[in-house]
Amino acid sequence: MDLFEYQARDVFEKYGVPVLRGIVARSPQEARAAAEQLGGGTVVVKAQVKTGGRGKAGGVKLAHSPDEAAARAEEILGLDIKGHVVQTLMIAEGAKIAEEFYFSLLLDRANRSLLAMASVEGGMEIEQLAVERPEALAKVQVDPRTGIDAAKAAEIVAAAGFDASIADEVAAVLVKLGEVYRGEDATLVEVNPLVRTEDGAIVALDGKVTLDDNAAFRHPEHAALEDAAATDPLEAKAKENDLNYVKLDGSVGVIGNGAGLVMSTLDVVAYAGEKHGGVKPANFLDIGGGASAAVMAAGLDVILGDEQVRSVFVNVFGGITACDEVANGIVQALATLGDAANKPLVVRLDGNNVEEGRRILAEANHPLVTLAETMDGGADKAAELANAAA
Amino acid sequence: MAIFINADSKVIVQGMTGSEGTKHTTRMLASGTTIVGGVNPRKAGTTQTFPLGEGTRDIPVFGTVAEAVETTGANVSVIFVPPAFTKAAVVEAIEAQVPLVVIITEGVPVADTAEFFALAAEKGVRLIGPNCPGIISPGKSNVGIIPADITGPGKIGLVSKSGTLTYQMMYELRDFGFSTAIGIGGDPVIGTTHIDALEAFEADPETEAIVMIGEIGGDAEERAAEYIKQHVTKPVVGYVAGFTAPEG
Repeated sequence: MDLFEYQARDVFEKYGVPVLRGIVARSPQEARAAAEQLGGGTVVVKAQVKTGGRGKAGGVKLAHSPDEAAARAEEILGLDIKGHVVQTLMIAEGAKIAEEFYFSLLLDRANRSLLAMASVEGGMEIEQLAVERPEALAKVQVDPRTGIDAAKAAEIVAAAGFDASIADEVAAVLVKLGEVYRGEDATLVEVNPLVRTEDGAIVALDGKVTLDDNAAFRHPEHAALEDAAATDPLEAKAKENDLNYVKLDGSVGVIGNGAGLVMSTLDVVAYAGEKHGGVKPANFLDIGGGASAAVMAAGLDVILGDEQVRSVFVNVFGGITACDEVANGIVQALATLGDAANKPLVVRLDGNNVEEGRRILAEANHPLVTLAETMDGGADKAAELANAAA
Repeated sequence: MAIFINADSKVIVQGMTGSEGTKHTTRMLASGTTIVGGVNPRKAGTTQTFPLGEGTRDIPVFGTVAEAVETTGANVSVIFVPPAFTKAAVVEAIEAQVPLVVIITEGVPVADTAEFFALAAEKGVRLIGPNCPGIISPGKSNVGIIPADITGPGKIGLVSKSGTLTYQMMYELRDFGFSTAIGIGGDPVIGTTHIDALEAFEADPETEAIVMIGEIGGDAEERAAEYIKQHVTKPVVGYVAGFTAPEG
């Protein structure tokens, strides 16, 4: 889960990382009130979107009075920044910036470790810096077992070439950012820019934090950080049932077990669709490695709730999930859904207990269900049915 | 020959007494795996009885991995414990110097994986997983949850990020059979990579051709392709799922 800037700011504050005051606003009135609360002087009105390049898109503006803050808020709210419509602002205290730096700590997949990156040339897009002036971006491996301790922080600061006059202070901030990373089970903590203000303070001006969803069980408080407004209702429903669902634009609903098989199924359906009027997959839905009958039923329920869906392809290879469980899930789901189940289902089962699974479906003999022998055959049949129903 | 496991592999199961552990220990035994013990501190000293063929097999339960290794000479541990306890279980297996630890558990926090991977690297222990189906050398040993009846021994080596695609591919190539099929798992940090498996298959005289399955996300497949170009002389067929997947 990616956090909004204001959420990252709050998390930083909790760990003692120096940040400026910032107040969330969702209307021009709230923006004015926030600017007043911050003293009535200069503030920055910042769009809260989970994408880069918002400054260039007009999503960050200075305001010198509460009235100006309200006017700027009016301009920014509703702005579409790379497909993200601005619904939330942060009204942040203004700062007089003397120097801008860059810092990030992230999961380094290739080295299966953590990587700290720092530069005294901040303020620009880091990807651009990495390409144009790689020598200006220090990269330091960090042991995941110890994180950023004082010695590691000093090593990073030295590698990046921070001025001796601020080295100790920056190092202290890096230690705290390392504590954010480990304490919150993050996979990314980025500060861009980290600044030195004219009065000599080191401040994290803008932060980006990504949290590890797998660690949610030890952070019940993270659930409150989720952006419910941005979630598609079908995706929200899927999430309630612990299903991994992504809505797409086509008309063939897809259910499978295991992310790889589902992705492969999307490929096969899209390919088969070329012969059947160009129909495409309607979604990605992974019911998981150990899916039970109840999970299968919840998955079908979600897919049949998608009005664009014309047919459904259930593609299961039984590993942990036994095919008889999947077959029972389909039969139960169709019984539960009753008349709401009104779209043809093509089912392809293979693997663990496949004979029993096929027997259950054949015995149920539901008019909507077609059994397919192979993955390609099933995809073809589902595409054909979707095209016929279009 | 095979890679990482063979007919002499002696396997212990951490989490054997749990429901998933019990279910898959039964299957592993049925496919010929030599299972020498389970680990559960609360049930130390007992035995668990599994159905096997016409009869049953009693497997001893040990209090610690170290004890299990000392008593049985186990050289593989397979882990079926829940995510919250996985790190402790893996660390225990590494500290007991089990040379190969296969982690089936899905949903392990990546910080935990990064930590136990660092420890394993230091101690020279090979990890497979987490969030993987395990490894099978048909007819010799089956460690994890890969259905053993899909296909038999043969000359293809398979390495895959995805569990169900592993099964699917074994099914498609069932007429050829496999030297070893290994599911390395799709988590951001995994113990054994495509490249590790490619290196082992290249060195395995029984493996004549290699199938590599990837998924979108990360650049592991690109790095593997580069490795193949430089170091692998056997034919490799690659497939990356997700041509039509949406961005993000």
